[in-house]
Amino acid sequence: MFIVLVFMFTGIVAGYLLRSRKIRFQNGFILTLIWVLLFLLGLEVGMNDNVVRKFASLGFEAAVIAIAATFGSIITARLLWKSIKKHEQ
Amino acid sequence: MKGSLTILSFFATGLLIGLFRWIPASWISADVSFYVLCALMFSVGFSIGHQPNTIKQFRRIHSRVLFLPLTTIIGTCAGVLAVSAFFKHSAAELLAVGSGFGYYSLSSILITQYKGAELGTIALLANIMREILTLLFAPLMVRWFGNLSPIAAGGATTMDTTFPIIVRTSGKEFSIVSIYNGFIMDFSVPFIVTLFCSL
Repeated sequence: MFIVLVFMFTGIVAGYLLRSRKIRFQNGFILTLIWVLLFLLGLEVGMNDNVVRKFASLGFEAAVIAIAATFGSIITARLLWKSIKKHEQ
Repeated sequence: MKGSLTILSFFATGLLIGLFRWIPASWISADVSFYVLCALMFSVGFSIGHQPNTIKQFRRIHSRVLFLPLTTIIGTCAGVLAVSAFFKHSAAELLAVGSGFGYYSLSSILITQYKGAELGTIALLANIMREILTLLFAPLMVRWFGNLSPIAAGGATTMDTTFPIIVRTSGKEFSIVSIYNGFIMDFSVPFIVTLFCSL
């Protein structure tokens, strides 16, 4: 997992060293790579027979917990964000 | 909205191709997505380093952001408790599932050890879904719940798999928050999961 961070820090250094040059392609490039990654994630989930088979029996409970957990955490994140914004003013 | 729909369509296309085996399984290995992730992290890093303004913005981030992992844990538990009455598993078991915070490999292994394969599989599915929900809805989350919300939703994954989408939607100045959050959550998962499994 840390090797991923090594790639990012290498990128930061490379970007910093080349900061005087105008390079405009990277935003579109990042978005394209995000799309490729999501496509590959879908492919991996779809090809995993174990996940697909068990999805019918346990998927509903898992989905409700996932949605409840995610929703709960973004509500508290919103409260924190609001308190920061209020404090900054 | 358009951002989420585009992401959803790429994910759905991959899912369908995978389900119906339209391309042979041997073409795909986990290595491919790892290489893409590495290329992505390099590009994100490059775009951060390339704009010295972004590095200055790190200093403007408020110290209260340090509480983000804590509010994520509280919010996750509150959300899970709110729906726990609908299922046959105990509240503590469901809290253990929720406490994977998207870290599906580790949480499902731990929960299988402590509580058996069924709850372990639920943990696997629920935490994969949390990661997918974050990837799909990050643009909408920022709009409706503020810039910290995709980082909270991403939980333990904000240092790696959901990092690029967070930088893209919340902004580059949040990259350090995202790494900090992922780091703290990653280390919290084994402790919190074990705690709820022993209740």
